[in-house]
Parts: sequence; C-alpha cells; structure tokens
Amino acid sequence: MVPTSYYLILSAVLFGLGVVAFVFKRNVITIFMSIELMLNAVNLAFVAFSQARHQSDGQVFVLFVIVVAAAEAAVGLGIIILMARNRQSLNVERVDFLKL
Amino acid sequence: MTPQLAIFFVLAALAVLGALNLIIQRHPIHSALSLIVVMIALAGLYLLMGSEFVAAVQIIVYGGAIMVLFVFVIMLLNAGVEERTNVSKLAGVAGIPLAVALLGFLAAAIARSNESAQAGVEAGTLANTKEISTMLFKDFVYPFELTSFLILVAILGAIVLAQREKS
Amino acid sequence: MPILDHLWIIPLLPLLGSAINGLLGGKWPNTIVNSVALGATGLSFLCALEAVREFLTLSPDKLPFPPQHYFDWIVAGSFRAGFDLQIDQLTVVMLMVVTGVGFLIHIYSTGYMAHESGYYRFFSYLNLFMFFMLVLVMAANYVLLFVGWEGVGLCSYLLIGFYFLKKSASDAGKKAFIVNRIGDFGFMLGMFLLFRTFHTLDFTTLFAAASNPAWGHEAWGQFGTFTIACLLLFMGATGKSAQLPLYVWLPDAMEGPTPVSALIHAATMVTAGVYVVARSHILFVHSETAMVVVAVVGCATAFFAASIGLVQTDIKRVLAYSTVSQLGYMFLACGVGAFSAGIFHLMTHAFFKALLFLAAGSVIHAMGGEQDMRKMGGLSTKIKYTYRTMLIATLAIAGIPPLAGFFSKDAILFSAFQIEGGHPLYAVGLLTALLTSFYMFRLIYLTFYGQPRYDEHHVHVHESPWSMLGPLVTLAVLSVIGGWIAAPALWGGPDYFASFLAPVLTSPQGAEAVNEAAAHQLEIILAIVAVASALLGWGAAYWLYIRQPAKPEQMAKSMRPVYNTLVNKYYVDEFYAAVIIKPLMWISTNVLWKFVDVAAIDGTVNGIASGATSIGDTVRHTQSGNTRSYAVWVVIGALVVIAVIFFWPAARPVVGMVR
Repeated sequence: MVPTSYYLILSAVLFGLGVVAFVFKRNVITIFMSIELMLNAVNLAFVAFSQARHQSDGQVFVLFVIVVAAAEAAVGLGIIILMARNRQSLNVERVDFLKL
Repeated sequence: MTPQLAIFFVLAALAVLGALNLIIQRHPIHSALSLIVVMIALAGLYLLMGSEFVAAVQIIVYGGAIMVLFVFVIMLLNAGVEERTNVSKLAGVAGIPLAVALLGFLAAAIARSNESAQAGVEAGTLANTKEISTMLFKDFVYPFELTSFLILVAILGAIVLAQREKS
Repeated sequence: MPILDHLWIIPLLPLLGSAINGLLGGKWPNTIVNSVALGATGLSFLCALEAVREFLTLSPDKLPFPPQHYFDWIVAGSFRAGFDLQIDQLTVVMLMVVTGVGFLIHIYSTGYMAHESGYYRFFSYLNLFMFFMLVLVMAANYVLLFVGWEGVGLCSYLLIGFYFLKKSASDAGKKAFIVNRIGDFGFMLGMFLLFRTFHTLDFTTLFAAASNPAWGHEAWGQFGTFTIACLLLFMGATGKSAQLPLYVWLPDAMEGPTPVSALIHAATMVTAGVYVVARSHILFVHSETAMVVVAVVGCATAFFAASIGLVQTDIKRVLAYSTVSQLGYMFLACGVGAFSAGIFHLMTHAFFKALLFLAAGSVIHAMGGEQDMRKMGGLSTKIKYTYRTMLIATLAIAGIPPLAGFFSKDAILFSAFQIEGGHPLYAVGLLTALLTSFYMFRLIYLTFYGQPRYDEHHVHVHESPWSMLGPLVTLAVLSVIGGWIAAPALWGGPDYFASFLAPVLTSPQGAEAVNEAAAHQLEIILAIVAVASALLGWGAAYWLYIRQPAKPEQMAKSMRPVYNTLVNKYYVDEFYAAVIIKPLMWISTNVLWKFVDVAAIDGTVNGIASGATSIGDTVRHTQSGNTRSYAVWVVIGALVVIAVIFFWPAARPVVGMVR
C-alpha cells in the first residue's frame, strides 16, 4: 500500500512545477496548459484524501473540477484566439494594453 | 518494495518528467503532448488507488476532449516557437524564489500533517462508481445541475468569442 | 443707589464710551463723538466722586471696606481670581487723580485734536485707557491689577502709534509695548512667586498673611521670598514707570499726540508702577534689599534723566525726561519707606506735569506744529494764558513754595535724609532738584522769552481756544493749592495727607519713634536748603539764557564730549541696539527663520508631501500592464494565504477560513 503522504508529495511537486511554468513561460497557450497541470495536481490530492478516508466526497469534487476545467478551457481558448487575432502574437508580454 | 509501490514510482516519475518537459520545451505542441503524458500517468495513479471512474473520466474528458481542444487551437493559430522576450523584470527576479518558497510551504504542511493512513483499495470495495453516482445524484444534485448550466454558458461563450468579425 | 455697592459702574462707563465711539463713531460728526466720550468720562468722574463721598462718610465700624466680588473670572483648584474691586484711602487718591485729570484732558483733547482725522478713534482709545486704568487702581487682587496693567500698556501702544502712517510713530509704539513687556515678565514671575508662597493673590488675604510675625525680616543681601518677589514686581514697575534700565520707551513715546503724553505718560499710566509698590508696601518692608534697590534705582534715574533733559531741544522731550526724573523721586520715596510721600508726589506731579504737557501742546498748536525750542522765543506776550499757566507749573515742579511741588518734594528729601545711609541719596536728590529747576526754567526762557527765532510771516501765533485753556487753568489752580493738604506739617500741625493714607500705608512694623521737635527743626532747615537749590537753578537758567544768550553755545563747544554724551542720551539706545537687539535679530533670522521654520517645519511638511509622491511613484510600477508580473503577484498572494493558514492559526478568519 502506498502511503498517502507519497501522493501528497507528488501532488505538491506537480503543483510547484505548474507554478514555475505559469511564471516563466511566455506563450499564452503554454501558460494555460500549466493551469491545467495545477488543476490535475489538486485532483490527485483530492482523490488521495478521499481514498484514505473512505469517503466519496473527494472524488465527486474531482468530477466537478474536471467539468469546470473543461468549461474554462473552452472559454479561455476562445479568448486566446481573439488575442491572437488582435495582436498577431501569442506572446503574453505583448498584451500590455493596461500599461500606464 | 511491493508491486504497488513500484508501479507508483514509475507512474510518478512519468508524471514529473512530463511536467518538466512541459516547462523545458519551446514549442507549445511539445508542451501539449507532454501534458497528455502527465494526464495518462495520473489516470494510472487513480487506477492504482482504486478510483476507476475518475481514471476513466480523466482519460475521456481531460485527455480526449480538453487536450484535443488545445492541440486544435495550437494548429489553428499556427503557434510557433516561443519568442525570447523579457519585459517583466519581476518574473525573472522573483520566479524561482517563489517556486522554492511554495514548495517549501507545501512540504512543511505535509510534514506537519498526521496523515498516516494508507491510500489504496481495501479488499471488498468494488462498487466505487456506485458510491460516487449515489452521492452525485443525491447529495450533490444541485451543484450537478449547475455544472450543466455552466457548460452551456461556456459553449455559448466560446462560440461568441471565436466568431469571425462581421466584415 | 449707593455707588459703593456698584463700583463696577466707574470703570464700565468709559468702556461703554470706548465701544460706542469705536464701533459707531466713524460716521459721526465731532460733536457727537465728543459728547459720548466726555459724557462717559465725566459721568465716571461724578460716580467716583460720589463713591469717595460715600466712603468718607462710612462709619468707622464698616472700615476697612471689604472688596466687592462681582464675578469669578478664573477658578482653578484652590486658586480664585475674580473681578473684585475695592476702595480704600489709597484707591481714593488714585481714583480722583485718574478720573479728574483724565476728564480735564478729555476736554482739552476736543480742542487739540479737532482737525485730526481719526478723531473718533482717538477718543475710543482714550476711553479704553480710562477703563483699564480704573480697573488697575480699583483691583482687589494682583491678577485683575495685571489685566489693567497690560491694558494700559496696550492703549499706550495704540495711542503712541496714533499717527501710524508715520514710521517713527509706529516704531515708538512698538518700542513702548516691547519694553513694557520685558517688565511685565518680571511682574508675572513676581505674581507666581507670591501665589506659590501665600496661595492667594487677593490683596486683603495676602497682606494679612504677610503681616504674620512668623515671616522674618530679610536683611540686606538675603535673597529670601520677599526680596525676590519684590524685586520681580519692581522689575515690572521699572518697565511701566520708565526707570533704569527700561525707561527708553518714554522719550520716544512723545511721537503720540500731546494729550496722550499728558494723560498716559505723565499723570496716570507711568504712575502705575509707583502705585503697585505702594500697594505692596507690606511685602517691600520685609525686604531690606528690595527697598534699597528701589531707592537707589529711583535716585539714579532721577539724576540720569535730569542730566539728559539739560540739553534737549524738543519741548516734549524735555518734559519726557522730566517725567522720568520725577518718577525716580517717587520711587526714591517708596524706597526709603515714605510711601505716603511718594503717593503725595504722584498726585502733585499729576497736576503740574499734565499742565506742563497740555501747555506745551498749546504752544505747539499756537506755533502750527513746531516743537523745537530753538525755533521759538518771545511768545510770552502772544499767548498769555498758556504762558502764565506754564509758568505756574514750572514753579511747582521746581519746588518753589507755596506751590504743590515744594511740599511733596520736600517730604521726599526729608525722608531720604532721615534714614540710615540716606545722605548720599539726599545729596543726589538735592542736586537733581537743582537740575530740574534749571532745565525747566531753560524751557520757559527759550520758549517764551527773547527775540522770536521763527519766521513771523509764516507762523501765525494764536492763542488756543477755551476748550484747551479751561483745563490749563484748572490744573494751574490745582498745582497751586494741591500741596496745601500737607502744608500744616511744616509748622507743626498734622500732615493731613499722610494721616489720610495711614490706615493703608502703615505697616505693622510701625514707624520709628522720632524725636518730634528735633525732626521738625531739621525739616525746616532741609526745606530751606531745597528752596535755595531751586532758586540757584533758576538763577543759572536766567543768567545763561537771558543775560548771556551766547554762553550756552560756548559752554557746549568747550565741553563737547560731555555735551555730546548728554545730547545723545548717553548712547543708551545705541547700546541696547548693539547688545540686545542685534543678537536677537540674528537669532530670529538665522536660527528661528532659516533653520526652524524653513528647513525643519517646511521641510517636514514638504517632505511628507514629496514622500507621498515618491511612494506613489514607486508603487506605480506594480501596475505595469505586464501579465507575467501579475502572474507573479498571484503566486505571491497564494503563498501568503497558504502561509497564514498553516503557520498562523489565529489569523485564519482574516483569510476567510471560518472553521
């Protein structure tokens, strides 16, 4: 049997890697994918806890997370398409309309 | 080293390598494929834990729908190799320390916790899907209906956003 | 209704007159302003008369008349200072002098100031001055007295600077106020010390406590409570009454109109210092050092000022220095213990000095504004009434019997001679009397005798109207008969003035037992000596200015250094300017202005403003519009939340975690 803490450590590592990608990558699609990575890491933690306590709550919540991630991906990619059309570039640093 | 532990380590290593590859690769399509690897590895881990329904949903929805969507968008936008711009000084300076700090916090939090139980399948619990569905449609039916509404909104949003400009 | 129950009416009437004239008089013609001002002062004089009459007819069991408490002004813990007015024999004298002479001067002013602009303002200030002076003399505690003290200083400033468009006048007003303030600082410290020692500033209680035999006598050189308090009070008196070293404002105060000089700087305000010393005599007699200081300062000032007056050419300056000198005599009297003699001289001096100033004003008016005596001469035939009254006043101040000045000055010199170690004081006083006589007659001869030294075609000498001459005549009569109240002492009878003031001015220490007959003989001898010196001075003036008019010039040339020193007033003003004023101005400019105000205060305020701006400038960079920076901020925020939740449980509600 694998101890729960192993799963949690893996989840933490994946989450950390997701954060690193989120901060350091410049392509907006890659940043989006790093968000999905973070969500997956959290899903892993949820499922690990759910199985450790023999309650199904965690897994139901995982389902909801997946649904929301899907919806968010759809809308987010739509925005990215608009952004690409507007600035002809997928570099997130080019999108600085809010700069003073 | 029990077989489960071995499989765990293999899948975990796969997931971590996939995540690292996502960061290292410069073309988004490579990053997308790495992410798919990560998801498959996670699905394997779910199976190892005995949550077969979640594993299946992970592969079908995440791997089969969301990542396909990503790949299609990358193809549509003709994303190329990433440029090397460095406008944000803050990200360059604070990025790594932040990541380290985050990992440190999480490690400390985990170390402090007193989870000692083992995660995994117990003998005799096979009807995992049944439990989930019971809970989903009994206790969480309201959020369930709301999520369907959420999906509808997302579809509408995506269609509106991706329309061609009326010329 | 008995005025004694409503003493507040006496000061209040001039205050009302001042307010009405000040607020409404701007648009009124002179006659209405006159009636308000004269009515207020005249009514006040009548009420004062009535109060005096009632006081004098009080049955002896009602004496001493207790102070009337009208309202509580300051009540703080055990300290109470109220608007308390009292009336006793000393107040009676001061009240009569202030209201009487004040009323006469008001009448004179209606004539003198008739063509001035700001007529209503003058009378408003003059009435205000009357109010404060009456508060001063009727106060029953030091605090209210100090209110009057400061108030008369204020009115003096306003009136000296009446022609405020003239720089020298406004400068003189400032000088008077500032120098007074220095004295007032000492006065306040004295009051604080008295309060600390006796826990009250009420005259009746304080003097009763001070008369307790438990308080010992402080010998010469012993700086006990009484000495220090009295020296501090005397410091205030030197400021107000223009003694060394704070006399410098009085000659400059002649920039004000002549009635002001007469009322404030001759008859009333400058005598406030003498009044305070006399009122506090119980405190002063406890301290030998203070008495000696008062006597010596008074004597020295008398001689000093007289010596300056010998060579001045402005008619009002001579009179100003004469005032300083005579005030010195009054302090000399108080210093040797003869308080009633000092008050007596105060009263007679009020008469003849006011007369001298008013007559000088009449001369100036006749000469169309000329004040320099070198440009006068031969006026005796042209302005007869002015000449005659001024002559009477000069005889009085010189101390020629039987006019008022003789009796009062004689009383002072006699007391000075009698006390231990008083012979030097007597000698200087006698010499000063000689000098006084000399310079006063010099003034008369230069102004009224000899050939006219002015252009007769441009200056039309005319006699003053009766509004101005009336008070002159009245004061002349008073100058003649004013001393007779003490005259019987000369041939062995009682000194009515001293015995009148005795209930107030004798201290429990008691007067020394004096051999009556020997003392009386001594007094006659000294009186003759005094008259002789006065006549000597007169003769010298006559010789120098009538018989040998060229002689004064020659003497001035031959004694040039001495002459220059005297003409330049011993260079005291220049000395003060260099030693005190210049360093103060330097400190004000370089330390207080450039350092404290500009650098420190402005620097702090501007620094805070520019600090806010620069903080804004720095924080502005968070709004960079750069998505990656925003991403970093998101991560930082998440870190903070995680840290709080895990490592600081007490703050979990802050981040929204309810359980």
